[in-house]
Amino acid sequence: MKILIVDDFSTMRRIIKNLLRDLGFTNTQEADDGSSALPLLKSSDFDFLVTDWNMPGMTGIELLKAVRSDAKLKSLPVLMVTAEAKREQIIEAAQAGVNGYVVKPFTAQALKEKIEKIFDRVDA
Amino acid sequence: MGMSDSSGVQNSLVEQAKELLLQLESGHPVDAMQTIANLHQNRDRFLYEEVGKLTRSLHTAIQNFAIDAELDSGAANEMSRMGDASDRLNYVIEKTESAANKTMDLVEDTIPLSADLGDKARSLKADWQKLLRKEMKPEEFRALTKEMDLFLDFASGETSKIDTNLSNILLAQDYQDLTGQVIKRVITLVQEVEGNLVDLVRMAGAIDNLAGFKHDIQAPEAKGERDVVAEGPIINPEKREDVVSGQDEVDDLLSSLGF
Repeated sequence: MKILIVDDFSTMRRIIKNLLRDLGFTNTQEADDGSSALPLLKSSDFDFLVTDWNMPGMTGIELLKAVRSDAKLKSLPVLMVTAEAKREQIIEAAQAGVNGYVVKPFTAQALKEKIEKIFDRVDA
Repeated sequence: MGMSDSSGVQNSLVEQAKELLLQLESGHPVDAMQTIANLHQNRDRFLYEEVGKLTRSLHTAIQNFAIDAELDSGAANEMSRMGDASDRLNYVIEKTESAANKTMDLVEDTIPLSADLGDKARSLKADWQKLLRKEMKPEEFRALTKEMDLFLDFASGETSKIDTNLSNILLAQDYQDLTGQVIKRVITLVQEVEGNLVDLVRMAGAIDNLAGFKHDIQAPEAKGERDVVAEGPIINPEKREDVVSGQDEVDDLLSSLGF
């Protein structure tokens, strides 16, 4: 299981990386915005994408849309972990095909639940 | 804008207006033109003075902000290098980032220590149970006492490392004090600038009145299609209808959309 973590703040990437490690996911890579994440996703074989929304350069929602419109990446599970909490944003992310949405500040439990739910569905 | 200044200007305007009327009525159009020119000059001077005063007070507000930091004691050495608000806010980002990393370093260092301690204790516990059940052979018992001795040394060593890490985690929270001070200063600057801007708007209104300007102010056109714009953390979710206030509401919304 190879996971890409995309957030413009290194501390948040580190927190997510640690929580994922506690859940048994040790193979993670990091990117600081959508435009550095997309080439990584295209050139490698990630199984899961965790992304923030608000980032300089390419935002998380743009990254999600780019992933969904890419033939190779379109079924990649995407979890959004973000401080963006407007209803219209959550709806937009859902319509763009996000697999889970976690609002910051979040608990380890919430992250765990969403990830498990996504994998249950992917495996089913 | 001092009251005395504007009433002084008003008095001189009244005098000049009376003079103008007198000159017109008494058939001195050339003098009257001169008076009108004087009136113009008066108006211009008044405007320039007001603009100048405002510029000075804005400048002073910004300068005071920089000087305050130079004179402040304590954290001043570190802060005096920064002359403006964005540097200060960058300092906040740096401080919080370094505190977060320091804390995470220490936590990452501590987790294996405590896990190791737990593993060793559990393994000893199994042997200890065997002893209590009187199922232990003499040579096993000798091995256990040796292990126990090692474990006690190990535990006291590891816990003192854990203690050190915990108190360093505590110390890493000192950023709150420093960043709090910096942010308060930035808030003060923002308030001063806001006050000065309000004065500027008020003065612009006064100038318009004085000069008889009228503006066609049109309300900004409503955007046809509203883009969803990222807003960052919502600081007052309880006061807003358009945001969720936590993960439960996100889940409810998503399940209402068929997720």
